[in-house]
Amino acid sequence: MPFALLLPALLGLAFLLLPLVALLVRAPWHSLPEQLTSPEVWQALRLSLVCATAATALSLVIGVPLAWLLARTDFPGRGLVRALVTLPLVLPPVVGGVALLLALGRNGVVGQWLDSWFGITLPFTTTGVILAETFVAMPFLVISVEGTLRAADPRYEEAATTLGASRFTAFRRVTLPLIAPGIAAGAVLAWARALGEFGATITFAGNFPGRTQTMPLAVYLALQSDPEAAIALSLVLLAVSIAVLAGLRDRWMTAS
Amino acid sequence: MTRSARRPRRTLQVAGVAALLALSACSASDDQSPASASASDSSGSSPSKLSGTVTVFAAASLKESFTTLGTEFEKAHPGTKVTFNFGGSDTLAASITGGAPADVFAAASAKTMAIVTDKKDNATTPVTFVRNQLAIATLPGNPDKIALLKDLTKSGLKVVLCDKTVPCGAAAQKALDASGLKLTPVSYEQDVKSALTKVELKEADAAVVYKTDVRAAGDRVEGVDFPESADAVNDYPIALLKDAPNAEAAKAFIALVRSAEGQQVLSEAGFLKP
Repeated sequence: MPFALLLPALLGLAFLLLPLVALLVRAPWHSLPEQLTSPEVWQALRLSLVCATAATALSLVIGVPLAWLLARTDFPGRGLVRALVTLPLVLPPVVGGVALLLALGRNGVVGQWLDSWFGITLPFTTTGVILAETFVAMPFLVISVEGTLRAADPRYEEAATTLGASRFTAFRRVTLPLIAPGIAAGAVLAWARALGEFGATITFAGNFPGRTQTMPLAVYLALQSDPEAAIALSLVLLAVSIAVLAGLRDRWMTAS
Repeated sequence: MTRSARRPRRTLQVAGVAALLALSACSASDDQSPASASASDSSGSSPSKLSGTVTVFAAASLKESFTTLGTEFEKAHPGTKVTFNFGGSDTLAASITGGAPADVFAAASAKTMAIVTDKKDNATTPVTFVRNQLAIATLPGNPDKIALLKDLTKSGLKVVLCDKTVPCGAAAQKALDASGLKLTPVSYEQDVKSALTKVELKEADAAVVYKTDVRAAGDRVEGVDFPESADAVNDYPIALLKDAPNAEAAKAFIALVRSAEGQQVLSEAGFLKP
């Protein structure tokens, strides 16, 4: 094993793990039980899980077809579209939140019509949280699924269509099962990103306990008044993420 | 460790996306790079010759007036540079006690300053340099006819408050409690400027902010003074910090803030005299 690779590899590992270890070392273990049994914590945790899951579901419904469009069809400007799809990955989430306000806010480009026609306003609502999280998390799913689609052999679909299946049937019955592991992996990434979402959420949906205050927001605000509570909350979020990722990893993400 | 020839490509892609995930993870705080290492003569040959960078952590509500004072300071002392980190006072206090390299802390309440003094991170005793009173910011033209604090409790009105951990939120809560009102906002914002922004963008109908913020927003919002605000006037303390990298220049900046000239700028912004 080349030493020149091993050393930076271990350094990289240590760099990623050290902050997590520090969190554990400095955790207020003695007061942890009472911190964690407060109803506010469970309220924020439940909201986080519900919103992240809903955002992932929404990403699946509109993100998988988008990935298919990028991977399987040819249209002018496809490269540009792909670049635009990945834009939320590099955009600061707070900017994403402001952009969402300008688009879907009560006075936004589209939002003003939603308000005057249907009486729907999205900012400061749980739906707003889900939309903000979807905006930030969906690109992870799209990229992951698109990559899997490109790696999958299109001849299976072609065979299905020559045997009389419509393109949609071929997608549903042949392509989807073929790329299921990629979709699952993408969904896990999107879910994880949505769970940790802070900037776009607080900007677009605001911060109200039980309605829009997810765990990251609760952690941020607790950090200001009660750092011990913030560490406790972070530990919960960490434990939940590790549990879910580890659980899914065994099923989906190991080499088949 | 074992080399597997048939490792699926998917794993690599997932790893790549995971790397992006880590990169884009949000950073909420604004990084003011404290380039104060260049402060060469802090022990100073002559006290009148100041140089280097002064890093000032100041409450979000001080943004406009302190920026003006910073420019004046740089003009009066060529070779100096004043960099600001504006934010919620509690966030700033937390980063100071966490070891952020700052010279001066100007907080929007005695309580948030106490976070710093409790940890003995201050070098001078905090002094109150201004006071600030709350006001209601409404949409231009005040379409909802808000005149009193009580009007904010009308149903259907979207009101944002600062979070209770932030001085403006604590003050608003004090005013509400003093008049026996119960107000359910649509959001508790993380600092006063975010609360104001929600009204500027017309996403909220009203926000309880400082008089100075209403004035700074110009005609994007309409300010309503309410009598109950007298029950919740905030003192703004300022102090030199213990680990100040550029203490000499920092002292001069604090002196400017407290001078007649500085007070002039601050009262033009709507602050009350200490």
